[in-house]
Amino acid sequence: MNSWTADMADTFARCFIREDRYKLLISGIGVTIKVSIVAVILGILIGFLIALCNLSKNKFLRAIGKIYTDIIRGTPSVTQLMIIYFVIFATVDIEKWIIAAIAFGINSGAYVSEIIRAGILSIDKGQTEAGRSLGLNAYQTMTRIVIPQALKNIFPALCNEFIVLIKETAIVGYVGLMDIQKAGDFIKSATYEAFMPLIGTAIIYYVLIKVLTLILGVFENKLRKSDIR
Amino acid sequence: MIKVKNLHKKFDELEVLKGIDEHIRPGEVVVVIGPSGSGKSTFLRCLNQLETATEGEIYVDDELITDPKCDVNKVRQKMGMVFQQFNLFPHLTILENITLAPVMLKKMTKDQAKEKAMELLRRVGLEEKAEAYPVQLSGGQKQRVAIARALAMNPEIMLFDEPTSALDPEMVGEVLDVMKDLAESGMTMVIVTHEMGFAREVASRVIFMDQGIIMENGTPEEVFTNPKNERTKLFLSKVL
Repeated sequence: MNSWTADMADTFARCFIREDRYKLLISGIGVTIKVSIVAVILGILIGFLIALCNLSKNKFLRAIGKIYTDIIRGTPSVTQLMIIYFVIFATVDIEKWIIAAIAFGINSGAYVSEIIRAGILSIDKGQTEAGRSLGLNAYQTMTRIVIPQALKNIFPALCNEFIVLIKETAIVGYVGLMDIQKAGDFIKSATYEAFMPLIGTAIIYYVLIKVLTLILGVFENKLRKSDIR
Repeated sequence: MIKVKNLHKKFDELEVLKGIDEHIRPGEVVVVIGPSGSGKSTFLRCLNQLETATEGEIYVDDELITDPKCDVNKVRQKMGMVFQQFNLFPHLTILENITLAPVMLKKMTKDQAKEKAMELLRRVGLEEKAEAYPVQLSGGQKQRVAIARALAMNPEIMLFDEPTSALDPEMVGEVLDVMKDLAESGMTMVIVTHEMGFAREVASRVIFMDQGIIMENGTPEEVFTNPKNERTKLFLSKVL
């Protein structure tokens, strides 16, 4: 038993401490967080625009929305990431992580748009009619009455989408970014140890997402204030 | 105040209104009765353009509101509407429900709107509910708030679309009392309802609609005790 713990301690030291390998993971966490935050923000913006296109009365806008969601949902995100990195931004000089964030934002936007569209449609027509009957215009009714209620309804689905997005960023290694996954992988190759680096990677992702879930839970409780009987 | 000329409304192939002519004068309380599907709710909803007429003209204060160039938002500010399903905004408190429109449309400052809202809540007997959310209220209370919300815009006309049809029987009275009070204060009202007792008591005029046209139009006395039309007689024999 003693030799087993000693073995583990040794492997741990080799994987994370020797040659400052923990620093790789820490900078990997930074990359994952950077890419995720920018991608989430972009995803919400794009998602909103595409949702409004999809709900619009204008045929042309509806077609744009439909084609967008169709293409993004119909192709793997790794493929999209590589196309955006190696084809679209091939000759543009921007930092790698920003290109990755744009790619994930574009990807997430398609899913977010469907969530938002469903959320807006879930609000009873009577709410719009009540707003309009008071003399509010369509825009005021949308922003003050429909969207706040829709956001509350779709909040859990949006949280889920963010969590999926964070985990999805684990593929940025394909375009040469050193995120958590890639750092773990790098340590694995350098040390010929699989267990420690991969479990370590998993734990880091898990903790990141746990913290995010807890924070979002607090927000959701605040949103539910008006449901208390 | 409201003039309706030859109003037609079609939903796809279904013709719901087949030529309505009506003149509502200031201070009148017009009660619209009739069987389901007779077009009475559609008629009411056309008056504030929640439904757009297929044909015909509607004038409000001599302004042609069926004209596509007309600013409907402005017209609607003059016409309060109360719905069968209340349609309170569930994410806002009672007070916010009432003050939202007057403040947003810059009719009042926040403080003025709040003062007006409290005065209206006192009038409908729900002052203590100002900070509550709609989900915490009973159906009757919700409908009284909905009336207060519509009144907060200082409308010239109030439209009621079956305001008591979604209520438990024991709550109908409290809503009708508020409406009665409003009628006595001289408000011009158009009410679609199945409450015949209320119609007889409060209406200055009763309209009986069936199959998309006005079949009978007169004082409550004339319509209820002396209906001329066979269909009116049949309808009343069923509901009275």
